[in-house]
Amino acid sequence: MDKKLLNISSSPHIRGEETTSSIMLDVVIALIPAGLFGIYNFGINALLIMLVSVVTCVLTEYFYEKAMHKPLTTHDCSALVTGLLLAFNLPSTVPLWIPVLGGVFAILVVKMLFGGIGQNFMNPALAARCFLLISFGKIMTDFGIAAKDGVGAKLMYGMSSNGYAMVDGVSGATPLAQVKAGQTAHVMNMFLGTHAGTIGEVSAAAIIAGGVYLLVRRVISIRIPAAYIGSFLVFLVIVNLIKGDGVNVNYLLGNLFGGGLLLGAFFMATDYVTSPVTPSGKIVFGIILGVVTGIFRVFGNSAEGVSFAIIFGNMLVPVIEKYTIPKPFGRELVK
Amino acid sequence: MMIGTFKGGIHPDDGKALSKSKPITLLEAGNELVFPVSQHIGAPATPIVAVGDSVLVGQIIAQATGFVSANVVSSVSGKVKAIEGRLTVSGSKVMSIVVENDKRYETVKGFGNARDYTKLTADEIRDIVKEAGIVGMGGAGFPTHVKLAPKDPEKIDTIIVNGAECEPYLTSDYRVMKEAPQKLISGLKVMLSMFPSAKGFIGVEDNKPDCIRILAKMVENEKNIEVVSLKTKYPQGAERQLIYAVTGRKINASMLPADAGCIVDNVDTVVSIHNAVCESTPLIRRIITVTGDAICDPRNFEVRTGVPYSLLIESAGGFKKEPAKLISGGPMMGNAIYDIDIPVTKNSSALLALSKDEVAGLEPSACIRCGKCVTACPSGLVPVKMYEYSTHFDEEAFEKINGMECYECGCCTYVCPAKRPMTQAFRQTRRSIMAKRRKK
Repeated sequence: MDKKLLNISSSPHIRGEETTSSIMLDVVIALIPAGLFGIYNFGINALLIMLVSVVTCVLTEYFYEKAMHKPLTTHDCSALVTGLLLAFNLPSTVPLWIPVLGGVFAILVVKMLFGGIGQNFMNPALAARCFLLISFGKIMTDFGIAAKDGVGAKLMYGMSSNGYAMVDGVSGATPLAQVKAGQTAHVMNMFLGTHAGTIGEVSAAAIIAGGVYLLVRRVISIRIPAAYIGSFLVFLVIVNLIKGDGVNVNYLLGNLFGGGLLLGAFFMATDYVTSPVTPSGKIVFGIILGVVTGIFRVFGNSAEGVSFAIIFGNMLVPVIEKYTIPKPFGRELVK
Repeated sequence: MMIGTFKGGIHPDDGKALSKSKPITLLEAGNELVFPVSQHIGAPATPIVAVGDSVLVGQIIAQATGFVSANVVSSVSGKVKAIEGRLTVSGSKVMSIVVENDKRYETVKGFGNARDYTKLTADEIRDIVKEAGIVGMGGAGFPTHVKLAPKDPEKIDTIIVNGAECEPYLTSDYRVMKEAPQKLISGLKVMLSMFPSAKGFIGVEDNKPDCIRILAKMVENEKNIEVVSLKTKYPQGAERQLIYAVTGRKINASMLPADAGCIVDNVDTVVSIHNAVCESTPLIRRIITVTGDAICDPRNFEVRTGVPYSLLIESAGGFKKEPAKLISGGPMMGNAIYDIDIPVTKNSSALLALSKDEVAGLEPSACIRCGKCVTACPSGLVPVKMYEYSTHFDEEAFEKINGMECYECGCCTYVCPAKRPMTQAFRQTRRSIMAKRRKK
């Protein structure tokens, strides 16, 4: 053999096929059912918000990296995921400058200024949502008007004479708010998603379908969603028992399917960057989220609590990881 | 308690189809054979021949130095041409005895004589194994006579033959189990005779059902030997994972298999024990797989130790594609080599020629903390954090997070979606820490 140079490197000499972008694309695929349902339910405006949000997020990352002379990372598709998730967390009635502002905040402030992908300590989409919620509370909680556009809304609410959907005289109250107000939840509608809410959170069925896809593809582990949802329900049961209300299945299901719990549990709390890497840490993290969400929902002013609970949980991740480093193989019993 | 598998690990493409069906063919040696004095873990052997001396097949040409060391035996007869540094798999030159092959293959006295192991004591068997220069042939090259001399022989209740062959592409153990199962079982019986209270297990991954069937049939009437079917998963053949899968016992980095009452030896090693003890043939040959998509005719060869890798490639029909990477051993833990004029040693299990280097050109990107490395790590470590400490040269934190438990199997690096070279960093950090420990 002539002396052609051979490659030398440290083992292993083979690599798995998975890449950051393939994982992110899996998340995008998992988000498709909820996204499609959002468009079905809320009409073309939902699609528009998604597009604006995604484009804003990707462009923000692109221009920041260009301006800072950093290597481009937009191809890893993480900004795409952030954009979609942000849109999913917005009501379909918001003006289009809301997703623009939210997208810039999510990518520029929460992600890039802290060092880009892998370095942000808060979920960018949720941080942006909370930022918008605090700054523009009225716009961010106006769920009513849009219900006139979507097919699903028409199915559910029927068309009133002026074309606006009205539910119990309260324009645009989410079913979760109704549950909190002591009304009986229409569980089947909540499961399917034909009701008011943010674009991506309404259909429990679509979110669960996406969640199952992520589990099957091993993009996420069951630990965080299971611990989160489980501890949340247990918390509600305990509170009910203490209050002497007994276990109300309708109330529990209303809380499970209503609001952002499922979207949060499967897509936001499982965000790699802002959740613990240790197996037991994931469970601790999930339980904390469940309890905090429960506290916010039961004792808070708003019916919602998922976004703030997850942001709060994100802050605790370094501490959780520190105390949940697993015992290595063969050292479980030895000190 | 039989478990049959372990937590963590990965499922890479196994690539074994290339050479799986090829029977072991005997390869004759060329004119020059090179015997490095260090082809095992421990102190290098000391040459006991001089340039110009005649040597015979089976003659010890370098003597073990100290307890953890191994003899080196000539695999041909001829003249010692040189004693000098020669390039080895490690990438550096190692003192080697170069023998000019006279092609007459004259043997030492008594070579090849049949011997009844049942008439030998444990000490006698151990001495034969030591004389024969047998080391772990799975890759690590730990001197076998040392394994056979545990501190507390009564405590040894399990002898495991490692037939997992979990490295992708490798088929040499598979062929041995298929073609020479009687030698394997005989070797195991020799070992069992040294430890009366021990039971023998042959652990085979379930991607080799034919081997499991053949071996199980042969040990039907042996109440002291059992064939264990193991789940196919890398690194099932790693000592700690194998012991766990077979016995349910766990050992960590600071323990020896003997601490869990076990002795573990690779298939080819056990056959070598049979050869040495029952057929008076020291370790002068090994089975090696020559494979990869760049090789014309992937094969399994039986070769004399000391032949150059170039001979293996030539005998496998040469290259059909330009090789981008040559690997001695498997793709997960093998060494990339940059020259083919290096000798086959006792622990060379395969020569793998790949036309495409999957690793070159990979641009590591930022860690997204997906935790896949944590799930894949068979040692239950947190590679993502170890890598952070490694790259920050924080050895104290690396040790604190149990980095020294890592045995560099490569699972974390294989699964990493950001393609970060974690194993390489761990290797450096671990070497550095071990060097400092030795200094103390």
